[in-house]
Parts: sequence; C-alpha cells; structure tokens
Amino acid sequence: MQYLVSVIHDKTNSGTPEEARAIDEFNDRLRAGGHWVFAAGLAAPSTSTVIDGRGDEPVFTDGPFIESKEHMAGFWIIDAPDLDVALELMADGSKACNRRLEVRPILAVGA
Amino acid sequence: MVASLAKRFGDLDIAEEAAAEAFATAVERWPADGVPPNPGAWLTTTANRKAIDRIRREHKRTDKQREALMLTDDSPPEPLGAIDDDRVRLIFTCCHPALAMEARMALTLRLVGGLTVPEIARGFLVSESTMGQRITRAKGKIAAAGIPYRVPSASDLPARITGVLAVLFLVFNEGYLATGPDTDPVRHDLTAEAIRLTRLIRELLPDDGEVAGLLALMLLTEARRPARVSAAGELVPLGEQDRDAWDAELIAEGHRLVRERLDSGAAPGRYQLLAAINAVHTDARDARDTDWSQVVALYDQLVRLDPSPIVALNRAIAVAELDGADVALAIIDRLTDALNGYHAFHATRAELLRRLERRAESRAAYDRAIALAGNTAETAYLSHRRDELG
Repeated sequence: MQYLVSVIHDKTNSGTPEEARAIDEFNDRLRAGGHWVFAAGLAAPSTSTVIDGRGDEPVFTDGPFIESKEHMAGFWIIDAPDLDVALELMADGSKACNRRLEVRPILAVGA
Repeated sequence: MVASLAKRFGDLDIAEEAAAEAFATAVERWPADGVPPNPGAWLTTTANRKAIDRIRREHKRTDKQREALMLTDDSPPEPLGAIDDDRVRLIFTCCHPALAMEARMALTLRLVGGLTVPEIARGFLVSESTMGQRITRAKGKIAAAGIPYRVPSASDLPARITGVLAVLFLVFNEGYLATGPDTDPVRHDLTAEAIRLTRLIRELLPDDGEVAGLLALMLLTEARRPARVSAAGELVPLGEQDRDAWDAELIAEGHRLVRERLDSGAAPGRYQLLAAINAVHTDARDARDTDWSQVVALYDQLVRLDPSPIVALNRAIAVAELDGADVALAIIDRLTDALNGYHAFHATRAELLRRLERRAESRAAYDRAIALAGNTAETAYLSHRRDELG
C-alpha cells in the first residue's frame, strides 16, 4: 500500500547542505528497495493561495489555510507492504531530513 | 479462533463477527442435531464459512490475495502450535506502538482476552459508548494504516515487548480482581490466559529479565488464588489466608524464576521487583514470619523506578507492619489528592484507622471504599469489616 509521509517543519532555518545530502542518499535507498513513488519539498506556507471554486465565480485568497507554528515542509509518497515497513524506513528518513514525520495511509483506488 | 480468522482474512471485524455467528449457530443446532464429534473443528469450519459469506455479501474482495485465501476453506484445522503463533501475532498487532496506549489495552482485552466492551469500559472507568468507539477506531486504524499481523523484527522486538508486558499485566489484574458487578470475583479464565500468553512471550525471549519477572509475578499471585475468596464469598486479605491452600507448584516455579533473575546479577526492572516482593510473602509459612524489612527495602527500590502514588500506597502497607499504623497513615494521607477516587486507597486508610481505634473515621473510609470498589468479593469483605466496627 502507499503512504503519504509529511515532513513536519517547526523551525525557522531551512534545510542545510548536510541534510540535503542525507536526504539524497536516503532517496537512493528508497528507489533501490522499490519503495519510491514521489517526493518533493514545498515552498514556504506564506507563498500559498487558497482557492474556493464552489460558487459561481472562483475565489482566490492569500494562504495558508491553517495558521500554525508547524507546517508541512515537504512530503514523500512511498510504497510499503505494511505500516511496520513504512515506519522502519521513515525512521531513517526522519534522521536524514532532521525533522519529525507523519505517516498516513493513502486510500486505495476503489476502496 | 478470532486470532486465526484474523490472520486468514486480514480483518478483525470479520473475524470477530464470524466467530460470534459460529457460536450462535452452534447454540441453535447442537441441541437438535447433537454435538459434532469434533466441536472445535466444527466451530472453526463454520466460522470460516461465515467469514467468507460476509466478505462476499459486503463485496470486500479488494485484492486477489484475499480471494485466494477464501478458496482454501477446506484446509485442515491448524495444529495447536500454529494457533499459539497466531495469538502471539495478534498480541503484537493489538499492542502496536502506532496505537494509543489505552487503545492497545482495550484491543488486547477484547480480541485476545475475550472481555466484553462493558467489562473493559468498567476497567478503564469510561462509558461503554466511549470504549466501543475507542475499539472501533483502533480496529479501523489497524485495517486502514496496514498494521501487520506478525512478530516484529529482532531489532524492534525489545521495545515492542515492553508494551506487550504492560497489556498482559493489565489482563491478569482484571482477572485477579474482576470489576464487573455480575462477574465472578476472580476470573480464572483471564488470569490463566495472561499467564499462558506471558509464557509464549518468554519462549520468544527467554533471556529477557522483565518477561521472566512478569511471569514470576503472575505465578506467585495466581498461586494464592485458592485462598483468596472465602466460602462466604468475601475477599481474604493476604495476612489471613490459609497458606496450606496455596498452590505449591506455582510458588516453586515462581521462586525458581526470581532466583534465576537474582543470580543473573542484572539490575531488576519493575516486574522483577514486584515478583521479588511476592516471593518474600510466599516464602513465609505463617503471615507473622513475613520479612517486612525485606519487603519495604524492595518497595524502596521500586519507588526509585516508578514514583507513582499507587506504588507509594503499597509501600505504606508494608511500612505499617514494620513501623506501625500511625507512620503508614501519615504517608498515605499525603497521597489523598492523587488517589481520592481509588477504592484501595480508602480501604487501606480504613484498615489503618481501625488499628489506631479511630472508629468513626475508619467507618467513613470503609464507606468510601465500598462505594468505589467494583469487585463483589471485595465489597463483601469491606462491608463485613465496617460492620465489625460496631
């Protein structure tokens, strides 16, 4: 099954070169093990825009949609047979990016 | 049965409901058709069919694997060893660290221990609907998040074991002092189940001190069960029990485990200390021969590991024997804020006040204890004690 792994960002400094290198190495391992689906870093929450397209005219407002001290700084989508495998893998991912992570299952298509 | 069905179908709800339906069918048919030659196998086969029916009805065939499993429903019943393995797997699933601690305990009691939701709700002092939701939510997470049914890898095992032991100790305690108003005061099914499961874990980890400690603690406690409830249905305190009725075999095994841990020279953990305290108690032929200074010394060690008010309360009971009821009462009164809602706190206070001949205060404390106690034999004992005050 697939899991969304959110990177919980709770500090002001952005990723250091050491962290970036560690993340690259970790991603290589994910690919070698067949766990890689996708990953990306995100720009600051202040750059986001909220869309409400439910009315006649879409409404665009300055984001983020939730104000909080912690935000999502990036994410992985990984493939793992079960949660234990996902947790063990991403414990190393947390070490590599030096941030806390949240692992959340992605609903299977058609489930 | 729930464990092996859960493994096979990968869904706790289906496993539980199928097992329940199979039993219901047996109740309907056996009186008319007669009991089948192998009731266990009959139930397993019936439950498997019920599970398959349910999966078909609910169109839960989400993958080919589950379909393949469904086709093998004429497989022979699994040997006992395999069923034990299934239970161990189910314990690790129920005690998974991705679940909240309270959910782990509730799930293990429900699915491994077989307690009802009202019994578990009472054990945790929450309403039945809250407990029902907690269990449903935990089962939902197991299914949706892909928490596996298997024994963790060697590197994860020590950390996962700690959580499992905490849950097994809780199951044992629920059996040893059952909380239901209509249940037997001591539920041997639960204590035996907890001991059996702890033995299984010990086979997995024979060198783990705390696993051995918990097993010893359970054995030394279970050994006293025959003397624990009087013919009149009242709980008998340790000091007044007929020690000849204790189970000598269980005591011998418990003492052997405690000695083995002492000989290892490793620093004891919580369960090993509790087992050692129980070894001191069960070592005394007569309650008056109890080595209370040894008991207090062991509690002192335990307080350093676990500074909870409940440990302090139990330590004070031993202090009362060594230094007198007045010293113990002074310790206990400092715990009032933390333990005001706990029946054993008021029962202990009542007993100490009785010894100090402060009758009115003792009576009031017994009243509080009786109001809070959930165990029928304990309520009977406390009422008897209160009425003796005259």
